[in-house]
Amino acid sequence: MSVTSVLYDRPGPIGRRRIRIASAVVTLVLVGCACYVLVQLAHRGQLSMQLWGPIVDPRNQQFAAFWNFFGGGLMSTLTSAGISIVLAVILGVFLALARMSAGRFSRPVIIAFIELMRGIPIVVTIFVLSQVLPEFHLGIPVIWYLVIGITAYHAVAIAEIVRAGIHAVPRGQTEAALAIGLSPGRSMRLIVLPQAIRLMLPALIAQLVRVLKDTSLGFIVSYGELLSRGQIAAQNLNNPFQVYFVVGVIFIAINLVLTLIANRSEAALNRTTRTRGGAGTNPSALDAAPQTHDPNPIVHV
Amino acid sequence: MDIIVNHLGLYADGLLVTIKICVYGLIGSLILGTLVAIARVSPVPALRVAGTIWVQTLRNCPVTVVLFFFAFGLPEIGINVPYFWFGVSGLIVYTSSFVCEAVRSGIGAVQPGQSEAARAIGLPFAPMLRYIVIPQAFRYCIPPLANALLAMIKDSAIVGAFGVGGDLFSVSDNLTSAQGFPALPVLIGVVLGYLILIVPSGLLFGVLERRTAMAS
Repeated sequence: MSVTSVLYDRPGPIGRRRIRIASAVVTLVLVGCACYVLVQLAHRGQLSMQLWGPIVDPRNQQFAAFWNFFGGGLMSTLTSAGISIVLAVILGVFLALARMSAGRFSRPVIIAFIELMRGIPIVVTIFVLSQVLPEFHLGIPVIWYLVIGITAYHAVAIAEIVRAGIHAVPRGQTEAALAIGLSPGRSMRLIVLPQAIRLMLPALIAQLVRVLKDTSLGFIVSYGELLSRGQIAAQNLNNPFQVYFVVGVIFIAINLVLTLIANRSEAALNRTTRTRGGAGTNPSALDAAPQTHDPNPIVHV
Repeated sequence: MDIIVNHLGLYADGLLVTIKICVYGLIGSLILGTLVAIARVSPVPALRVAGTIWVQTLRNCPVTVVLFFFAFGLPEIGINVPYFWFGVSGLIVYTSSFVCEAVRSGIGAVQPGQSEAARAIGLPFAPMLRYIVIPQAFRYCIPPLANALLAMIKDSAIVGAFGVGGDLFSVSDNLTSAQGFPALPVLIGVVLGYLILIVPSGLLFGVLERRTAMAS
């Protein structure tokens, strides 16, 4: 099986030589850039063990203290992300159902709410909550500023995913549920939603990646998550470059795993819907939801 | 509400700085993102790998970390510019990964017949992309592109939270912390400012989408 793309023909001998040369040139240039960066870093003493030691060297006396502190930050990040995604899914399902079942008068209200929440940057919401609530003596633990801010924003995105998911469940399911005498509410809750959630799973996991990323905004309210603890550690150890590098690596590692799970669950979904003869299910309708996962559009046959 | 009216000038200045950040970010991320997308569909494996690493790294990293890294990392490799440009370049690099994925999905949506026809009349890879595929791809990628760019406008608030100074978000800090005004009215002004920016942009993208929609 030859590896060709729809965009170009399978290269001949001359084309293959050109591609090899281009590949070599690109690799050289990139390696050159990397070398330049490393030389510059070394030149400024940024690669010294004095700065990296507390992070990577278990024999360093600050190693244990750093990772204790930093690991606590990781727990806070995961906790706030977990609470946020659960609340956002609950609110999102509610919003989607409200929007779909709303009458002529309540629909504009819900749409206005959705557009409003979508239009305000999360960082502003978090900042507003942390400034305004204490003014009215409604101070709550710092984590909730972060969680409420993230939930309010992502619930709207999840509502869109849920709406697409519900639309992707074949109409016959609702009709059959109504035909056996279930009320519209129960047919939604018992028949349609469970199937819709299965269809939405990949998109929901992809949304979780965004939620996790947004928890880093906790540094605005100094909620001790990964980034703000990193900030404090970097001030004490005087190695901001190294600490932020590690923060980035941790986020990327966790999110890559989540992305992998999302892709796996989507593959599993495609497999099961195919073996069941499709049954009119149309998971691709979920692609209509905004910012779904990587559609991986270029097909290499 | 008097606070908003009395400091309208300050808000307007803040809005202008935010718009400035967004316009630089828009131009920069569209160019960079399209280049990375071209790298990811090119026949050269090294370019594809580099593009994939670029996108996966940036997409999975919070924009805050990217910005921190730019502010603390770039001076260490000998790049020293005013903080404003660290913020803008961090925003551009971060958004470019989303623009790349939008453009790539657009390229994937162009019917294979188009590139086949282009090859059949003898166009090499670059002119084929330039004249045939990318002009059509941009129509398909307007919805995801709009999402990426609207998200960028919102992320510009984070650039402000780092203390670029003078943008819409830092207006609130200036008025509440430094001048001691109550937070609620000040922040309502900031929220209104962002809505003024984002709601029309969203509508504009909607119009653009309808205008360029293919008859299907």
